[in-house]
Amino acid sequence: MLGQVIALVVLVLGTAALGVWWSARQGAVRAPRETPAGIDWAASGIALEDRVTFVQFSAEVCAACRSTARVLGGLTGAGSGVGHREVLVDDHLDLVRSLGVLRTPTVLVVDGGGREVARMSGVVSDTQARQALTRISAAVAGPDREGQA
Amino acid sequence: MSNGMIDPRGPRVGASITAVLLAAVVLLGASTAGLWLLTFILLSFLLGTLRGAEGTWQGFLFKKLVRPRLGPPAEMEDRRPPRFAQGIGLFVTAVGVVLGAFGVLVAVPIAAAVAFVAAALNAVIGLCLGCELYLLMRRTGLVRA
Repeated sequence: MLGQVIALVVLVLGTAALGVWWSARQGAVRAPRETPAGIDWAASGIALEDRVTFVQFSAEVCAACRSTARVLGGLTGAGSGVGHREVLVDDHLDLVRSLGVLRTPTVLVVDGGGREVARMSGVVSDTQARQALTRISAAVAGPDREGQA
Repeated sequence: MSNGMIDPRGPRVGASITAVLLAAVVLLGASTAGLWLLTFILLSFLLGTLRGAEGTWQGFLFKKLVRPRLGPPAEMEDRRPPRFAQGIGLFVTAVGVVLGAFGVLVAVPIAAAVAFVAAALNAVIGLCLGCELYLLMRRTGLVRA
């Protein structure tokens, strides 16, 4: 019996560690992937804003996508230069493959020139979305200030 | 019925009940009693795979005992991912039960441990295995929209 009890304790601790790791990754602002040449956002029906656009990859069956869309939608607005476009993965599997999107929601932060500057995956909080925006401002102001972002 | 919306707390409550049962299987170890309990859990997963997570006995307990004590949910959830997760549970427990039935009893607590990780994470932090795997399977063509 002692062996089984130890096995269960190890199992519970391992599961807890996995849970902490997974939770910490949700929505965290990560470095961008190199945007492949020849990505034509407009041709895929994704109109970019001048400054920054959150391109959110969603699925119909994804509950976390809806709360993420609400958060990102709340940061857009007239004159903010911030856009939010939601892309259904089922309709754009080609884009999903070329951009290396593995799960929903995945949010690419794309600058006015169509270059990815950051990405987030998992449910995104308001704080994390704002953090991504400051990173964009830092990148525009110059690479020397990036460390403070 | 196939595209309905459900209270997302239902599958999570169900997963916590299932996680406790799976922990019991781990405690029972490589034994016939563990095999019987895992078979019972397998049948619950079979029910969930056929009828959706809300159609299991755990879903029934949630509807009768828990839901009346809660306020309305912040938002509803598509029923397909939780149902898909039931299918994953069915597969994992089936491997354990089949191997156990052929005398490889050590497979019983191992299968229970694997299913426990998924059920416990679903219950405690809402990790939805079906949602995580959906796009990967779309990409490989394992499922269609």
